[in-house]
Amino acid sequence: MEIRPILSSLHKHRVPALLIVLEIALACAVLCNAVFMIGQCIAGVRAPSAIDEQGLSVISLGGIDEAHVESGMARNLAALRAIAGVQAAAAISDVPLGPDIWYDGLTARPDEESQINSSEYFLGSGGEQALGLKLLKGRFFSAEEFADSTLLPSHVSSSHVVLINESDARRMWPGESALGKQIYGDNAAWTVVGVVADVLGQDPNGNGPAGMYSSIFFPQRPSASLNHYVVRSAPQDRDRVLRDALQVLGKLEPGAVLEGKIYADMRADYFADTRDMAWMLMMVCVVMLAVTALGIVGLTSFWVGQRRRQIGIRRAVGASCANILHYFQTENFLLSTAGVVLGVVFGFAVNVYLMENYEVSRMPWYYLGCGALALWLLGQGAVLGPALRAAQVPPVVATRSV
Amino acid sequence: MFGYYLDLAWRSLRRTPVMTALMVLAIGLGIGASMTMLTVLHVMSDDPLPDRSAHLFVPHLDPRPANFTQNLYAPDASANFTYPDAMALVSSRQAVRQAAMAGGTLLARRSGTGHTPFYADGRFTTPDFFAMFDLSFLSGSAWSQADEDARARVVVLSESLSREVFGTADSVGRIAHLNDADLRVVGVTRDWQPNPMFYADADAKEFSDADRFFLPLSTSLDLKFNTNGNQSSWAGSIEHNSPTLTWLQVWVQLDTASEVTAYRRYLADYAGQQKKLGRYERSADSAHLYSLMEWLAIERKVPSDIHLQVWLALAFLAVCITNIVALLLAKFLRRGGEISVRRAMGARRRDIFIQLATESAVIGFAGGVLGLILAQLGLWSVRHRPDDYAHLASMDGPMLAFTFALALGASLLAGLLPAWRACRITPALQLKTQ
Repeated sequence: MEIRPILSSLHKHRVPALLIVLEIALACAVLCNAVFMIGQCIAGVRAPSAIDEQGLSVISLGGIDEAHVESGMARNLAALRAIAGVQAAAAISDVPLGPDIWYDGLTARPDEESQINSSEYFLGSGGEQALGLKLLKGRFFSAEEFADSTLLPSHVSSSHVVLINESDARRMWPGESALGKQIYGDNAAWTVVGVVADVLGQDPNGNGPAGMYSSIFFPQRPSASLNHYVVRSAPQDRDRVLRDALQVLGKLEPGAVLEGKIYADMRADYFADTRDMAWMLMMVCVVMLAVTALGIVGLTSFWVGQRRRQIGIRRAVGASCANILHYFQTENFLLSTAGVVLGVVFGFAVNVYLMENYEVSRMPWYYLGCGALALWLLGQGAVLGPALRAAQVPPVVATRSV
Repeated sequence: MFGYYLDLAWRSLRRTPVMTALMVLAIGLGIGASMTMLTVLHVMSDDPLPDRSAHLFVPHLDPRPANFTQNLYAPDASANFTYPDAMALVSSRQAVRQAAMAGGTLLARRSGTGHTPFYADGRFTTPDFFAMFDLSFLSGSAWSQADEDARARVVVLSESLSREVFGTADSVGRIAHLNDADLRVVGVTRDWQPNPMFYADADAKEFSDADRFFLPLSTSLDLKFNTNGNQSSWAGSIEHNSPTLTWLQVWVQLDTASEVTAYRRYLADYAGQQKKLGRYERSADSAHLYSLMEWLAIERKVPSDIHLQVWLALAFLAVCITNIVALLLAKFLRRGGEISVRRAMGARRRDIFIQLATESAVIGFAGGVLGLILAQLGLWSVRHRPDDYAHLASMDGPMLAFTFALALGASLLAGLLPAWRACRITPALQLKTQ
């Protein structure tokens, strides 16, 4: 296909042509960034967490007299475990994505300062099984370790042992086994006795990529800070189990504030915002592409209408239908290419701006590639209708005056 | 003449209904999306206390050690005050009014037996709080400075908490049980919920929380009540009266410019003096005084998600407008014949320009109506989001007017280039080729 005549024709209509290029460029820039952000949202919502998310129910307990926590806890747990269908139950300070955030900066050397918020979880006896932690190396806590550990007035665990996430083990001791190593916090140190598959932190959205899977588990004997009960059951039993558990606890602790939730709902609530954002981005993308496509259809239709006579003349002097079709397709291809090239540059600039001002990470290049491809296809799709109509212009038009 | 132009615009638009619908749809969608997000941004960055915000200021001191490294994902350790600094500022009485405060959540019990207790959010503060923020009392009054100094067991309830606990709004003189303490009710305020809750720690849910009780800061320390929010320490000590733990907010009222200047000087002097004493390691320049609106901008009470969504909506509007410019251009240029005839019959370039601009404005007006409907739909969906600001999302009068202004402005802008191009058509050439 000869492109010189196309170029000279575009040169004659350079203002509308430039506008189409600009529109495609803008759409391409927005599309790349929006799709990238949708990807990030979905990755967040789908982030795996190695606990039994589908089987857990969580009951938070407030307003209990601190003097009676210890004696009450054993009784409450026994009652929870007696409910039909309950596989395990334990007291815990908070669950992943939970509301009672407890952070510390943890390092592999005593003199270092960490820039990562590690989520701390204090587990009552049996907490590992109740959560469904997946042990990769080492061991869980022993009964003595549970009995010996509590929270010091300085809000540091008096325990000597901890379980850590696989990601943290790899980050702190790359290429080595984490077992037996010392881990340091504010004025305290603990020995790693086990490594578990990655469990999400308490507020992964606010902690950056490194804080997302930085979690550490301490054993703890019954105390007031273990104010959540986790109850594990088969997923199909959990609604009934939660109802029963709330009833049982309500009877045992009449003065307490009880709040029960299915863990899967807690997770959905935590990510509700992110999911909404993804839906909104998706909607804007679809509508924007539709508007762009309609714009291309509209403008090409006008061009076809304007050039009916010229098309007729070309047909009369021997151009086939396919020639005319290809003419408009090539014209659109040239415009799209210019738009896409400009759009990729725009999109990259937008990403850099967002990285500097908001919590957005660098966009991999293939998002730009996919955005460009999408607009190319969109352009070709949109031009097909008007181009086919142009191809059907009969040669006889050339002989008529207007 | 305008009526005639409107008539011409109407005829021209009716001749190409699909094209017209497309343009109206494009501008409507763009306006709808932008106005939804701009309205959300508008209600969120609104002045929480329009009558008083000009007089309210927040001092800022930086007691952090020189080698303190701020964790990127942790709250700012210098955003709040240490207890000694806050008390020094409040007791110096250098401002018209001043108060130190911190949020807390306590377990409240309904009077009578057999009720389950519930949690209530409130504030531990000093007596100037009420007059400074202009809370109105239904009965009783704030506690006195003497009560504050004596760590009196007193509390001020909001109307809603008073009703929930006692079943009546008039509970002055009765005893409220909060956590394990018995506190005498000295006043009941009308429910008060500034949006955002500007005086609270940045960790609070500023668009949905409201304080339901107020009690003396000294009393809360005496009773060892826990406080909410950002509590940052750098020397290991987490005692509430520690000079190395920041957890309190301080607000002051300054009515005139000279008072503001004097207070600035006082803050710098205070920081300089602390440095001389060896307590502060950073220079006296680190002391600042921010107005309420400046403080809200610094603390970024508007989530960054909202900013991103506003940018996205505006980019979408830009795509729509470019689209309309291209379509209008094609449409106007195609009417070269008609324009040439009008020019040949005596219409000036200006007349043609105004005629074509009128046509763009008609499209803009229709797009504005559509955009308004879409924006209402959008805001309706925002109100069903789980965010804490969701309930605020609705349009007020100025935003309604702004929607139309934006729609008309956008379409006139879009029509400008095409109209200018079209009115430069050479009539003789056009008429000859026809």
